[in-house]
Amino acid sequence: MTLTLELEKQKERTPVVVQTVFLGVGLAVLVLAPLFFYPVFLMKLLCFALFACAFNLLLGYTGLLSFGHAAFFGGAAYFTAHTVKEWGLPPELGILAGVVGAAFLGAIIGFFAIRRQGIYFAMITLALAQMFYFFCLQAEFTRGEDGIQSVPRGHLFGVIDLSQSTNMYYFVLAVFVIGIIIIWRIINSPFGMILKSIRENETRAISLGYSVRNYKLAAFVMSATLTGLAGGLKALVFQFATLTDVGWQMSGEVILMTLLGGIGTLIGPLFGAALVVTLQNYLATSEFPVTIITGVVFMVCVLLFRRGIVGEFYNSRLGRKLGFEHRHSH
Amino acid sequence: MTLAMPQENGAPRIVLSARGLRRDFGGFTAVKDVDLDVHHARVHALIGPNGAGKTTVFNLLTKFLQPTHGTITLLGEDITNMAPDKVARKGLVRSFQISAVFPHLSVLDNVRVALQRPNRLAIQFWKPLSALDALNVKADQLIRSVGLEKERNAVAADLSYGRKRVLEIATTLALDPKVLLLDEPMAGMGHEDVGMVAEIIREVARERAVLMVEHNLSVVETLCDHVTVLQRGEILAEGDYATVANNPLVRTAYMGTEEA
Repeated sequence: MTLTLELEKQKERTPVVVQTVFLGVGLAVLVLAPLFFYPVFLMKLLCFALFACAFNLLLGYTGLLSFGHAAFFGGAAYFTAHTVKEWGLPPELGILAGVVGAAFLGAIIGFFAIRRQGIYFAMITLALAQMFYFFCLQAEFTRGEDGIQSVPRGHLFGVIDLSQSTNMYYFVLAVFVIGIIIIWRIINSPFGMILKSIRENETRAISLGYSVRNYKLAAFVMSATLTGLAGGLKALVFQFATLTDVGWQMSGEVILMTLLGGIGTLIGPLFGAALVVTLQNYLATSEFPVTIITGVVFMVCVLLFRRGIVGEFYNSRLGRKLGFEHRHSH
Repeated sequence: MTLAMPQENGAPRIVLSARGLRRDFGGFTAVKDVDLDVHHARVHALIGPNGAGKTTVFNLLTKFLQPTHGTITLLGEDITNMAPDKVARKGLVRSFQISAVFPHLSVLDNVRVALQRPNRLAIQFWKPLSALDALNVKADQLIRSVGLEKERNAVAADLSYGRKRVLEIATTLALDPKVLLLDEPMAGMGHEDVGMVAEIIREVARERAVLMVEHNLSVVETLCDHVTVLQRGEILAEGDYATVANNPLVRTAYMGTEEA
């Protein structure tokens, strides 16, 4: 027991320093990155990283595997694209429209899905997301197969010209950081504690008087809302919204990113997203089909790194020494 | 809850009662026409051989299972069709046969999770975790009352089986329940833990009703004021320990444990 207490004390001291250093280095890399990489690639990466982190709020911290998150991502992209292009909203309000729309969709899909567990939950989210896909295919405002093209990026707060990719990059980075801070706060809050306890032992949580359904629904809507933030942002980055973003493959991709990076870790999905997006970009010009590579990477990950990249690092000797703890043991 | 508590005057009042409780699983009747009255400030034991339906009765009373027939009343309110989490909020809290703790949380966090809802600190997603430090005084009190202070910061999964049970009792008490349902609270415990838990239950029952499933008959004898014997889902006998122990039907059902 004394050993545990000793370790506990050590854990309390080191991680603050180490994590601050890691955080600082990470931020510096992101701030300086456009000097070395193509900004659109970086922006794509950040959008998907935020998407994966928002998804992980549900999978890693609530234990719910949604197979329909593309509806929120792609839905928000449509809402933002439409309101900016057709209604002439400024970018910040356009993104807000996407976020609100995604929250609304999340409330509807979540309301039905949380009534079931495990694979049934996943199937209901998939089914409802597919319904939304067909809605997008048929609806007037989405322009079907064409998608909403040439969406203007506009001026942020009427001042900053986002058509310049450096400006756009730092805007995306700021939104990304805010999104991550929100997720971090939700996870490390009294509410997050209850989510964790529901994931650990749902029956016990019920017997302690927690209405588990309401908590799951709240987490679902929060995840959908933040996914909407990523989707809206993506529509402005690429200046279009298409059916690809609402398709089931997108839901699968985000699961892949999250598992690769490490579920139940805050920044794991960021690395997962980086890996997948980089692979896609590298292989986009070659003849070789991307899905084969990502599939192989996924198999290797499942066989060798069950905890994902970041999860394995946290759990490695070095990671433990640095005071990262990884309690999630799925 | 606006229900006015009836004053204590002589006769112990009934806080939880079931009438004609029945549960069918397909063609099998696990619980059949059970009438049960649980009194304030009493320890009530539910005993019976394996498969008698004790845990099913617990699941029915706490609404984790819906009864096929019958009614359940808690503090004068019909809870027959209430959801289990709402029943818990009304003051009927249970423990489980298999220890129910949050394995990857520390002992302190386990108790704090139980305290969060009654202290209105369960939905704040915008507040830092340190907001929960406000619960530490109460949590430490509970931890001390069950003798877990040395393990306060240990992860629940690392505790011995007996200590997990004790922790579960602490989290149950954190809700300050009116009625406590304990499913085999002493199963698998070491000798000294049994004595301590018995003491805790005795203490708790001074202001609450306790209904417990227990196999250890010497514990039942010393701790419980009232005993209900179940067999094949039906009530076989009822009364204080001496009455029940001398009942020939019970002796037959408990063949081999007649010395009890």
